[in-house]
Amino acid sequence: MRALLVRDLRLALRAGGGFGLGLAFFLIVVVLVPFSVGPVPDLLARIAAGVLWLGALLACLLSLDRLLAVDWEDGALDLLATSPLPLEGVVLVKAVAHWLTTGLPLVLVAPVLGILLNLSEAGYVPVVVSLALGTPALSMIGAFGAALTVGIKRGGLLLSLLVLPLYVPTLIFGAEAARRGAAGLDASTPMLLMAGITGCVLALMPFAAAAVLRVNLR
Amino acid sequence: MDLVVSELAVARGGMPILAGVSFALAPGSTLVLRGPNGSGKTTLLRTVAGLQPALSGRIEGANERIAYSAHADGLKAALTVAENLDFWAAVFGGGPIAPALDAFDLRGLAARRAGHLSAGQKRRLGLARLMVTGQPIWVLDEPTVSLDAASVALFANAVRGHLAGGGSALIATHIDLGLEADVLDVTPFRALANAMDSVDEAFL
Repeated sequence: MRALLVRDLRLALRAGGGFGLGLAFFLIVVVLVPFSVGPVPDLLARIAAGVLWLGALLACLLSLDRLLAVDWEDGALDLLATSPLPLEGVVLVKAVAHWLTTGLPLVLVAPVLGILLNLSEAGYVPVVVSLALGTPALSMIGAFGAALTVGIKRGGLLLSLLVLPLYVPTLIFGAEAARRGAAGLDASTPMLLMAGITGCVLALMPFAAAAVLRVNLR
Repeated sequence: MDLVVSELAVARGGMPILAGVSFALAPGSTLVLRGPNGSGKTTLLRTVAGLQPALSGRIEGANERIAYSAHADGLKAALTVAENLDFWAAVFGGGPIAPALDAFDLRGLAARRAGHLSAGQKRRLGLARLMVTGQPIWVLDEPTVSLDAASVALFANAVRGHLAGGGSALIATHIDLGLEADVLDVTPFRALANAMDSVDEAFL
């Protein structure tokens, strides 16, 4: 399983691996928001946490359709399915690799982009913590969506439609935790709820994803 | 342990295509599947490899002992030849890759990106993967596609080495590999097309 993780990270970082796509998209969204809502620092400060969360979620969504499709196209998924690795483990490792190459960089640049949005001083820690707790769930749910649509040519649209409703709880609690933190309120309740969602997703989704993958590989 | 397939029926796209297939594969032996295009060789191999369920019948002795190779080699264009092999060696429990590189004459290409290889070289790398898996049963679907005569000979040698080590091979191929092999023609096992309707009919 470690070999699979190392391979996926290596592939993501080499040319054509798509590393940086989500990051660039996140940057574009956050840079363009002040232009579109106008130069009102108070308004920007109020929506900063929500914009950061929405941008991170969409950036995550952007790279999902390649999560399993690449391995399916070149036959590697068939070979992994016939290898001694449990398919649940394969899906989990691919989600972890996706998070390390997409989610983690988003978490790390969020404070820098917060400056562009006039994020209040109290908001930096809650935004980073909520993103760090929430983005793993986005990657794992995305892996489930990718497993559902793996055999479909240009399945990206269907994948987005399937995954979006599953992203809603994470977005609600994540953005709420970040917003409350930025406003100087206690953010522990939404933070704990979101951590609970992430824990559930990581515990259950690999099994669901492996089950649909087995059906799709037939 | 033998691979024993008894009264196996397989389907593709909901259509039963083979029924009543039985064979046994002992260590050290090879079974070559023959039949025209669309006769169900690939589906039979995928079923034996565990990628799809059988309609009926039993497969014994296959669990976690199979190295499967199909038309697609599962190579990563951005990784080098050695990195591709190292990955599969690690997934299957880590044998050395040097014998596989030598057996398929890939030594000089080890540091090249797999994406820069020719079709035949990619195929050789895909077949070299079998050697690093260390699995006793090789299930191969048209392994000699895009190989030249010299590479086919390399492949036949690799299979002989595998058999000598107590392994076995189930190969769907049209060309003569020069191996001591039993031949199973799947044509007589063609399933009747309505064999699967029986369940649905109860609801119609």
